[in-house]
Amino acid sequence: MSGHMNLTLKVWRQKNTQTPGKFVTYKAENISPDMSFLEMLDVVNESLTRKNEEPIYFDHDCREGICGSCSLYINGRPHGPKRAITTCQLHMRTFSDGETITIEPWRSAAFPIVKDLATDRSAFDRIQQAGGYVSVNTGGVPDANTIPIPKVIADEAFNSATCIGCGACVAACKNASAMLFTSAKITQLGLLPQGQPERYSRVQAMVAQMDEEGFGNCTNTGACEAECPKEITLNNIAFMNNDFFSAKLFREEHAHDHTGGE
Amino acid sequence: MSEFKQTFNSSLGKKLIMALTGLFLCTFLIVHLGGNLLLFKNDQGFAFNSYANFLTHFPPIEVIAYLLYLAIIVHAVYALVITIKNRRARPVGYAVHNKSDASWSSKNMGLLGSILLLFIVIHMGDFWFTYKYNNILGFKEYRTNLATNETTVSDYKPEIADFERSISTENNVEIVRVKDLHARIQHSFSYWWYVAFYVIAMGAVSFHLLHGFQSAFHTLGWVHKKYKPIIYFFGTWLFAVIIPVCFALMPIIYYIKSL
Repeated sequence: MSGHMNLTLKVWRQKNTQTPGKFVTYKAENISPDMSFLEMLDVVNESLTRKNEEPIYFDHDCREGICGSCSLYINGRPHGPKRAITTCQLHMRTFSDGETITIEPWRSAAFPIVKDLATDRSAFDRIQQAGGYVSVNTGGVPDANTIPIPKVIADEAFNSATCIGCGACVAACKNASAMLFTSAKITQLGLLPQGQPERYSRVQAMVAQMDEEGFGNCTNTGACEAECPKEITLNNIAFMNNDFFSAKLFREEHAHDHTGGE
Repeated sequence: MSEFKQTFNSSLGKKLIMALTGLFLCTFLIVHLGGNLLLFKNDQGFAFNSYANFLTHFPPIEVIAYLLYLAIIVHAVYALVITIKNRRARPVGYAVHNKSDASWSSKNMGLLGSILLLFIVIHMGDFWFTYKYNNILGFKEYRTNLATNETTVSDYKPEIADFERSISTENNVEIVRVKDLHARIQHSFSYWWYVAFYVIAMGAVSFHLLHGFQSAFHTLGWVHKKYKPIIYFFGTWLFAVIIPVCFALMPIIYYIKSL
């Protein structure tokens, strides 16, 4: 078993949203450096199950870095110490034999803990539902490429569209702000021609929903940008701010109440 | 009205107010530094005292001054409101301190701002309040021979109780009698701990603006490949280096002179 690692894990265990949680220490033994972080947790869970203990609950799905399910705040950083990857893409060779690894859930009032390391990120879904879409009328299918889109615009929109909604931005932000996520969606649609009809109502509705969910305020520290597995940039936030102020202050025809009236 | 409230109560609206008041305070710093550079003139405070007199007796300056006080209060109050909201957004903190890449100044704006607010209160109490409302400052009389342009200075005891200032010309000699704020500065800056406090506060200005200046433009949505380097250049060199260093030199030089 040469080259295999033994690690100490300090894991946040919490029965459900209401019950207070605590850290529990586990041994992760005989871990291959080629395993992903989640596979390492699978090994630990196997042994817990064999011992008739409750396995560690954590979110995961695709395990190839595109679904945004896996979260985990590892040793003080969302998705662990490496840049531009999700937790499922993090390999155990990143750590050294004998290391103690602290694993915490995303901490945000808007992301209540479901159990252990899994949080309820449906706040993001509600922000998305508030305006993160384009309305398409039914009818004949338009020809592909009938709407011209400059290459640079398509590229920028695509960069924003790579956001997988994992919530690492919220987890990393000292203010637990969701502005990187929200702005990525707003920018993606706001740049493209298909997104223009709803551009200014979208930004107002999505920002209102974001505030409603209880996320914090952005202070432009850039921790979100540093932790984003898809490297969404802070420029998205500037784009959102620009569209928001534009709608609220300079575009009377678009400035209307999106919160259902006062 | 509800539309107005909705805009400025939103997260982005609060940020807009922070950005605008912050940038206004930045522009003030340039003016404040410009005037105070007169302290470096070796003329026993003639230029500086005349400037202080001008500032306190020119009505448009008064109007801007009240806007300035308002901006400071609004900036501080909104910072507090936003900070409280941000704390509520994460009621349970992390066990391991966040290691994400972010500049030290950007993560400590509240601490730096609090130091600055304390500084502003003490600074204004010591100079602004003393000048305007406290009758403890003496007067200086500057006599300038208009032919030779030589200035002599002497203490002046006002004959009337609420004397403010006077400028007159007699026999080709200009006589300027003004409150002697310069002496107050000489006195205050002769204490090392007072000087140290000023220097620390200017350090806080430096780090506060290193993040604050460019952050304000970001909040306004004014981010452009072409202008970003210019904004960063001014934010770093003018607001985080030149202005705080020049301000900090004033107490340091006056302290050295007092030795």
